[in-house]
Amino acid sequence: MNIFLPTILVGTLGLAFGLMLAFFAKKFAVPTNPLVQEIERLLPGANCGACGFPGCSGLAEKIASGEASPNACPVGGPRVWAELSRLLGQESGSWEAKRALLLCQGGEGIAQTVAEYEGVADCKAAHLLPASFKGCRFGCLGLGNCVKVCPFGAIHLDTESHLPVIDWEKCTGCGKCVAECPRNIITLVPKREQVTVACVSLDPGKEVRKLCSRGCIKCQLCVRTCPEGAITFENGRIVISREKCTLCGLCVEKCPTHCIIRVGEKLALLEVKG
Amino acid sequence: MKLRTFPQGVFLPHHKEDTAHLAIVRVPPPSRVVLPLSQHTGAPLKPLVQKGDTVKRGQKIADVDAFVAAPLHAPVSGKVAGIEDWAHPTLGRFQAIVIENDGSSEEFRYDPLPEDIESLEPESLRLFVREGGFVGLGGAAFPTHVKLSPPPDKPIDAFILNGAECEPYLTCDHRVMLERAEDMLLGLRIMVRACGAQRAYIGIEDNKKDCITHLTPLVRDLPFPTEVIPLKTKYPQGSEKHLILAILSREVPPGGLPLDVGVVVNNVQTAAALGRMAKEGIPLVERVITLSGDCLKKRGNFEVPLGMLLEDLVALCDGFTTPPRKVVMGGPMTGITQATLAVPVIKGTSGFLFFAQNVGKPEHSCIRCGRCVLHCPMRLLPYLLGRLAEEHLFEEAETNRVLDCVECGSCAYVCPAGIALVHLIKLAKFEVMRRRKRGGK
Repeated sequence: MNIFLPTILVGTLGLAFGLMLAFFAKKFAVPTNPLVQEIERLLPGANCGACGFPGCSGLAEKIASGEASPNACPVGGPRVWAELSRLLGQESGSWEAKRALLLCQGGEGIAQTVAEYEGVADCKAAHLLPASFKGCRFGCLGLGNCVKVCPFGAIHLDTESHLPVIDWEKCTGCGKCVAECPRNIITLVPKREQVTVACVSLDPGKEVRKLCSRGCIKCQLCVRTCPEGAITFENGRIVISREKCTLCGLCVEKCPTHCIIRVGEKLALLEVKG
Repeated sequence: MKLRTFPQGVFLPHHKEDTAHLAIVRVPPPSRVVLPLSQHTGAPLKPLVQKGDTVKRGQKIADVDAFVAAPLHAPVSGKVAGIEDWAHPTLGRFQAIVIENDGSSEEFRYDPLPEDIESLEPESLRLFVREGGFVGLGGAAFPTHVKLSPPPDKPIDAFILNGAECEPYLTCDHRVMLERAEDMLLGLRIMVRACGAQRAYIGIEDNKKDCITHLTPLVRDLPFPTEVIPLKTKYPQGSEKHLILAILSREVPPGGLPLDVGVVVNNVQTAAALGRMAKEGIPLVERVITLSGDCLKKRGNFEVPLGMLLEDLVALCDGFTTPPRKVVMGGPMTGITQATLAVPVIKGTSGFLFFAQNVGKPEHSCIRCGRCVLHCPMRLLPYLLGRLAEEHLFEEAETNRVLDCVECGSCAYVCPAGIALVHLIKLAKFEVMRRRKRGGK
């Protein structure tokens, strides 16, 4: 039969190659650290790069060699840290989950637009221009670079205000949007209920009033209102101390431009008032 | 005679007929001038005056102890109303000295230079140029004395006076060459002596034939061989690197300066202003600009004091026929769009253009037609650089020589898909430079 010769030939070749592979796999084996694989299995596997290393395998190597702390992955959070610490026999440090928060409420109809923008739809490119198409040179440009970089799909642009909305359920606090934003308006905050000033403008109040109806006009009414003395005016910006704040909400009510907002646990959505 | 030029580039409708025949008009000094502390490439200045001080016209009001910087002088006499944050045409906002004009004619003048420039020491001439606050008046505003100080290992043999004025609409250099030729040639003598060049060339595009015929007999009297070179009217002929290529057939190496090929290039208006200071002792406090565009009632070439606000200039031109949709400082190809009329004239302002319509095309996807590659005067691949910038692949853009781009805008002009290539390339250049600074490379 004609079928015999090819069967035997291919079969013998297969066997020979198989034996060779088995031999060379032993002979030229690259020693790998089994710990690295074990660590990588515990990491989230999003390869987002938030830790600063090239992907999860990059971090796993660094953790195994002791160059990175087991707490280096901001995405995995305490569960992953605890497991890693157990694996490595180390103490896991104290930790609080963080979330990204946009410190600007100057969306369409609230912040003045002073010019038509016809350049590249990219916040970094728009920020390069000497003049901002939005009157405010500190506020959100709303072109969505943060949306593009978020590896977890936690950010979308609001259809009405054209401001990014960050979903705290999906946000892992990896900080990619914080690094991307050319105007440094997104910041990482502890994931809990808090009161914060949603404006980063350093312009004097008179200017801010012209440019945005939700901007901080530096009237410092909140500083005088706060019964705990938690609010101070430092380097041209209002600062609310999270330690001293009791969430009484007096400043939120008093703020004449509604730029102090209460941020819930679930959503960093703007509390729209008035 | 065959006109000299460089390969690639674009032929543009030059729109110069509106203002090219209009003589320079000296404008009355405004009641207030605003002088930003950064008007040049280099270190920002520190004010030498305080709020409430009285200053004379021509008095030095800001300087800094840095080599790459040029001091600033008061263009009017009056009182310093303050040093405050003000809109800046290229930097957004910047600290600026505001002077209220008191209308008096009090002046401070430097000592004029003696007639015999060639007997003076180059070093003293460079100091004279720095003291006068001279920067390249073509637009880039690079301090002139720095250009005139070649390192000892790079001798200069040729000096080029740039009268190409390849940007459409602008005609201020054209008028200066016609009306201020004597000052300009005196300035040329100072600069040639200061940098040690043996020969000089004046490059002029052949759409300014009157300048070529006017200057050709005048340069024969200069003490060094000087040639007026007619150039083909092609954009970007006024770019330093392309001017050198066209006139001397020398190519400036990537990342290099004209110094590397033994050449110094300066704008004709810089020479004219310098010649004037040598004669009359008035430092750089005024410049000639072109106001043009389809929605301006009265167009023309104006000699304006530095720091005059754009809104005052518009009022001087009797306002607009229709409200402009786009206001550009500089030429339409490399100029910078303005968002407010509260910006002052700075040393690098070659003009303001006002357009009723937006010339931008609607953007489509790139079809790889390669027109940008065909026209890029730096022989780069703009479509690729634009794509890499869009994807934020800045390292790859760097290996594709994004930093060699001169931002002339030829690629975006010819792109049939209307892609804002220069904006994308500027973004990539900015990010590459930022990374280099951070990485300390």
